[in-house]
Amino acid sequence: MPGYLKLDHLAKTFARNGQASEVLRDINLVIDQGEFVSIIGHSGCGKSTLLNIIAGLTPVTLGAVLLENREVNAPGPDRAVVFQNHSLLPWLTVYENVKLAVDKVFAGRKSRAERHDWIMANLDLVQMGHARDKRPAEISGGMKQRVGIARALAMEPKILLLDEPFGALDALTRAHLQDSVMDIHARLGNTMIMITHDVDEAVLLSDRIVMMTNGPAATIGEVLPVTLQRPRRRLELVSDPRYVAARETVLRFLYERHRFVEAA
Amino acid sequence: MAQPAFKTVPPPAGPAPRPSGSARILRLPGRAPGARPTGWRARAGALAATILPPLVVIAALLVLWQIAFGKPGAALPPPSVIWSEAKDLILDPFFVNGSQDIGLGLRVLTSLERVIYGFGLAAIVGVLLGALVGQSVWATRGLDPLFQVLRTVPPLAWLPISLAAFRDANPSAIFVIFITAIWPVIINTAVGIRQIPQDYRNVAEVLRLNTVEFFFKIMVPSAAPYIFTGLRIGIGLSWLAIVAAEMLTGGVGIGFFIWDAWNSSRLPDIIVALVYIGLVGFALDRLVALVGRVVTRGVSVT
Repeated sequence: MPGYLKLDHLAKTFARNGQASEVLRDINLVIDQGEFVSIIGHSGCGKSTLLNIIAGLTPVTLGAVLLENREVNAPGPDRAVVFQNHSLLPWLTVYENVKLAVDKVFAGRKSRAERHDWIMANLDLVQMGHARDKRPAEISGGMKQRVGIARALAMEPKILLLDEPFGALDALTRAHLQDSVMDIHARLGNTMIMITHDVDEAVLLSDRIVMMTNGPAATIGEVLPVTLQRPRRRLELVSDPRYVAARETVLRFLYERHRFVEAA
Repeated sequence: MAQPAFKTVPPPAGPAPRPSGSARILRLPGRAPGARPTGWRARAGALAATILPPLVVIAALLVLWQIAFGKPGAALPPPSVIWSEAKDLILDPFFVNGSQDIGLGLRVLTSLERVIYGFGLAAIVGVLLGALVGQSVWATRGLDPLFQVLRTVPPLAWLPISLAAFRDANPSAIFVIFITAIWPVIINTAVGIRQIPQDYRNVAEVLRLNTVEFFFKIMVPSAAPYIFTGLRIGIGLSWLAIVAAEMLTGGVGIGFFIWDAWNSSRLPDIIVALVYIGLVGFALDRLVALVGRVVTRGVSVT
C-alpha cells in the first residue's frame, strides 16, 4: 500500500525556561507498507524526537502523522517501539516481558493457549525461546535487544519503530542482529523505521535512507533509495559498486555537506 | 588423568590439557582426606564466627551488670534476681493464669495484632498516597507541605485526639500506629515513583496500560525497593509507638504490662519485657527486609 504512513509538515519546538528551541522543521515523508526506512543524521539532529513523534510519545507542534490516512497523536501498539536500551522490565522474565504486551494487545482476541503459542512463536522468531525463564539481568545485551524486538513484533504492529536498536552492542553482535532483522523483515514484510548513525547499517538494511540536516531546526536533507536486491548478504555487498556508491552518498552527505560542528 | 604420581610436588608446568582438573587429582594422594575442610565444617565455622562474638559480649555485659548491681540495696535488680523472680516469664511465654496474668508471648501477640492492623492500613494507604504524590506535580505541591508538618508530630501526641474520635482504646492505639507508620511509606513510595525510568513509562504508553494496570505492573514493582525501605522504617516506628500507646490506653499488651509492672514495682518483669520488645522489633524488621528481598529480586539491576 503506497502512502501507508505520511509525515505531513511536521515541526517540533521545545519550550524550556521560556526559551523556545526549534528541533524539527517541515518534515515531509511518505512511507509505503512493507518498506524499510532508515533515518540517519548526526547526534542531536532530532532523529530520536522524530521517532518519538511517530510513536506518539512526543506531541507535535505543527503538522501531523497519518497512518492509513488517519491522524495518530497518541502512543499505541500499532506503532511498536524497540527502544535503544531495550527497556525490558527487570522484574519480569523474558517470557513475562513479552506476555505483558501480548496479554494487553490480544486481550479478548486470543485464548490463553493461543497467547502462549504467540509469545513462544515470537521468542523463537528472535531465537530466544531457550531463555524464556531468564530475567533481563541474566542475559547479554544482544539477547535483551532480541527480546525487545520480540516484544515489539508480538504486538503485531502496523509499523515497527527501531530507535538505534543496535547502538549499544558490539560489532559482531550487531551484525548478527542486523541479519535477524533483515530476515524478519523478509519473512513478515513489516513496515520498519530505524534510527541509526551507522552508515553501513543504514545501507545494508534499508530500502530508503532518510538523511537529516543538522539541528537546530533540522529537516530532511536528502532521501536515498537503495536498490540492492534482497536477500542481501554483507560479504557479497562489500565489493558491490551500488553498495559502495550508496555508502559514499551517505558519507558525503554527513561529512561534506552537513559536517557536524561540535557544540559551538 | 594418566599423569604419574611424581608430578605431585612441583605444579604442572608443561602444557597440561586440563590444568585445573589434573592439579586437583594430583593433590589427592599427598594429603590426608581430613585436612581439607568439608562443606558442613566450613559452614559450622562461619556460623560460629557470627554467633560467638555477640554471645561473648552478652555474657560479659551480664557479668558486669551482676557485679555493679549485685549488692543489696542496689537501685536495679541484677541478672540473678531477675532470673529468680521472673523465671516464669522467661521460660514460658504462653502461660495463662487468669485474665490479667498471662505470659509475655501472649501479650506481645496482642500488641502485634494492633500493629498488623495499623501498619497494614498504613502500608496500603501510604503506597496509594505515595503513588499519587510521586506521579502528580499538583498532588505534590498540595500535599507535601502538609505531610512534612504532620510527620514531625510525635506518635503519642495523636493519642488524645484519637481517643476523643474513636472513644475506645483499641482503635485509638491502631490509629496511632497508622499515623506513625504512614509517613515514611508515603515519602519513600513517592521517591520511588519519581525514579521510574522514562523507558518503563514509554513501554506502558505504547501498550496503552490503564491507570490500574500501570500501578500494579509498572509502578509497584519498579518502586518496590523504595517502598520496602519505607515499610521497614514504618514497622520500626509502629513498634515504637505501640508500646508507648499501650502504656496510656491500658488493657492487654506488652506496653501496658510494663506500666503495670512499674506501678507494682516489679522491676525484673520490666527488664524481661524490654528484652521481649527488642527481640520482636528485631524480628519484625528482619521479616519486612526478607519479604522485601524476595519481592524485589531482580528489580535493582537494570
